[in-house]
Amino acid sequence: MSAAATALPGSGRIARGVRPDTRKALAADAPVEALPAPPTVTLPLVQHTGAPCVALVKSRDTVEADAKVADTDAFVSAPIHTPVAGTVQRAGVVTLPNGRHLAAIPVKTAEGAPGPEAVYADVLGGDWPLDDADGRDPEDVLRAIREAGLVGQGGAAFPTHVKLKPNPEKPVDTLLVNGCECEPYLTADYRLAVEAPAAVLAGARLAARACGARAIFVAVEDHLHGARQALRGAAGPTDITVAEVQTRYPMGGEKQTVRAVLGRTIPTGGLPLDVGVVVINVATAAAIARAVQRGKPLTHRIVTVTGGGIRTPKNLLVAIGTPYRALLDACGGLTEEAARVVAGGPMMGFAIGDLDAPVTKGTSGVVALTRADVRHAAETACVRCGRCVDVCPLNLVPSRIALAARHKDWDLARRYHMAACMECGCCAYVCPASLPLVQLMRMGKAQMPRETGG
Amino acid sequence: MATDVEANGAAEPVLEVAPGPHVASGSLTTRRMMGDVLLALLPLVVVAVALFRQAALLQMAIAAVATVGGEALFARWRGRRATLGDGSALVTGLILGLSLPPGAPWYVGAIGGLAAAGLGKAVFGGLGQNIFNPAMVGRAFVMIAFPAALGAEAYLAPAAAAATTGATPLTALQMTGEVAPLGPLWLGLTAGSVGETGALAALAGGLYLCIRRTAAWQIPTGMLLAAAVIAGLVSLAGGSFTPAHHLGAGALMFGAFFIATDPVSSPLTPKGRFVFGAGTGALVMLMRTLSGYPEGVMFAILIMNAFTPLINRATIPTPVGGPVPRRA
Ligand code: SF4
Ligand code: SF4
Repeated sequence: MSAAATALPGSGRIARGVRPDTRKALAADAPVEALPAPPTVTLPLVQHTGAPCVALVKSRDTVEADAKVADTDAFVSAPIHTPVAGTVQRAGVVTLPNGRHLAAIPVKTAEGAPGPEAVYADVLGGDWPLDDADGRDPEDVLRAIREAGLVGQGGAAFPTHVKLKPNPEKPVDTLLVNGCECEPYLTADYRLAVEAPAAVLAGARLAARACGARAIFVAVEDHLHGARQALRGAAGPTDITVAEVQTRYPMGGEKQTVRAVLGRTIPTGGLPLDVGVVVINVATAAAIARAVQRGKPLTHRIVTVTGGGIRTPKNLLVAIGTPYRALLDACGGLTEEAARVVAGGPMMGFAIGDLDAPVTKGTSGVVALTRADVRHAAETACVRCGRCVDVCPLNLVPSRIALAARHKDWDLARRYHMAACMECGCCAYVCPASLPLVQLMRMGKAQMPRETGG
Repeated sequence: MATDVEANGAAEPVLEVAPGPHVASGSLTTRRMMGDVLLALLPLVVVAVALFRQAALLQMAIAAVATVGGEALFARWRGRRATLGDGSALVTGLILGLSLPPGAPWYVGAIGGLAAAGLGKAVFGGLGQNIFNPAMVGRAFVMIAFPAALGAEAYLAPAAAAATTGATPLTALQMTGEVAPLGPLWLGLTAGSVGETGALAALAGGLYLCIRRTAAWQIPTGMLLAAAVIAGLVSLAGGSFTPAHHLGAGALMFGAFFIATDPVSSPLTPKGRFVFGAGTGALVMLMRTLSGYPEGVMFAILIMNAFTPLINRATIPTPVGGPVPRRA
């Protein structure tokens, strides 16, 4: 099996990018702890990329744990389930850290919710047979995945069944399970791979079965070896290749992982599908195993709560819908130095304005940064130092794109390929002038008129 | 916008909401870059002072004070906060001073400094906006304004204070065909502008800048490579200077590492920088061999500055995965 890893089709490396201080040590060795169900979970009706769900329950209904509370007929969508048994409250509106205002269903938790050990055993414990995928009908696997409300748990939250559905025009030969947690601080995927490697691998085989992939690769970064060891140990002599790749941001981006592991280049504006690959996150893989083998919906996820502004960094297994505040409290709360709390990682995550907002399916971490961490010099003029060009993983010229966006010069923006930007933030990370490059790119991409013909 | 979260009676810290990325490398600031340049200039300054004594100190001091003062003055006129803190004006002034002959009258450095700050930078809108290298704009300005004061005598007079006498090696080559010995040429024991003679010192400081990545290595590499190749051809054709002579003579080494590498007035992409450097190197050699003018680093850089926007346009890199597809 190690022989297979050394013979990766890709180089295991990415061009350009940055190496932020990973700060993984804060939480890497903290075993996953289940958080008891909060008094109320709040379930936004959109927790994915795609069509919003419609509530299936109304105020004062009683619901069982795992019951479906919202769904839609749209293909690109994912139903939502309640992690707790309890009573539905009047629908409200929440503001997620990404700024979206969404209708949400609150569910008041009933007495007698299972304790932490039971939750852990239910979500991550037990056996995850690796050999039952071949006997299953791919259609059944897809249906189970859709019914369980699975979305990509790495951030974009794209519905998993849509990703895995075979497309006759674009056959898939490889499934890539992405365990590259390139954002600094976050260790949720790492802990999952260490504690439940069989769930990840079982899910990987089921996903491969569903999308028709023959080869399976699991990619992890080379700075924390625990994940690779656990995964290789669980894989045994199978066809699954566990690959270690360079620790470098943004290795976890689909384009970057596919290129590093498989040596294939996804065309700009395209998908991994265009090069015969489906990429899923390790947490998604584990959720697939749970959905297919145990018929359980996506109701819990591991969230890393960490940073210099947190008293006791932890990896928590939480019910989706739990308010961020409860996560912070479970970790001893914020310290005096805490200045900014970010949902997701510090490179691409969003600052949380409302600590009562709920954890959603795509939340991978909560990072409390200190004043020293976020200390930013005032913005000065671009000195055209070219640092941003040196680090852009997509080989763009960020300073020019930002200029074009600022002046709404769409012609210039097109000439410099603005639409290709993945908003990874490498450019802003290094910019000595502290220019808000990502903000400008985002704004420019949103405002640029859609091209028509030429 | 900050959100005040005070719940449960316990006073929580005030959390700020700002766009990501939420961390910054911080290893590179404009100020640190300028500090690097000052440090890298040290060997050259030492050579200059050893060679020209007070004359060197005077040129550097006058030009630096004038440039920094000019920057403050023009910023004030334009109603802007002066950006003196970043040190860029000091660097410009020092480089201007180093590019002046030791015997230049005091007002040359003073007016050159004001021109560098005003014409070189302020009229374009300050740091980061200028098209031309400000130090070279100042240098060109005084060159045109005071041709007599910057003539050959300016190189002669105080040089007598040190071990060097006579014309600069490049002038000597042009006038009498005399070839300076390589050792003194590289060490800087020749006549010349106060900071340009020590090629070895410039190389040392320049390599430091490239290693620190404060200067883009592609520029000096392109410039020296192009100059060496052309110098090789010229010497094959019967010229008496070898490439080693050309690289060590005049302001080539100083210019390659300290002047042409000004990021503001040079291209952004690695490829563009190499093209820029190679163009500058070729122009320098063109002027040295074909024009009646012995040295050409200043004009070569200014000319290539004018081409920078064009080079930028011609060297837009292709994104990984190809250009953005056009949708119908
Ligand atoms: S890193 Fe910042 S200052 Fe440097 S060229 Fe890019 S945008 Fe300009
Ligand atoms: S945010 Fe966009 S422009 Fe900046 S480094 Fe990332 S991909 Fe390049």
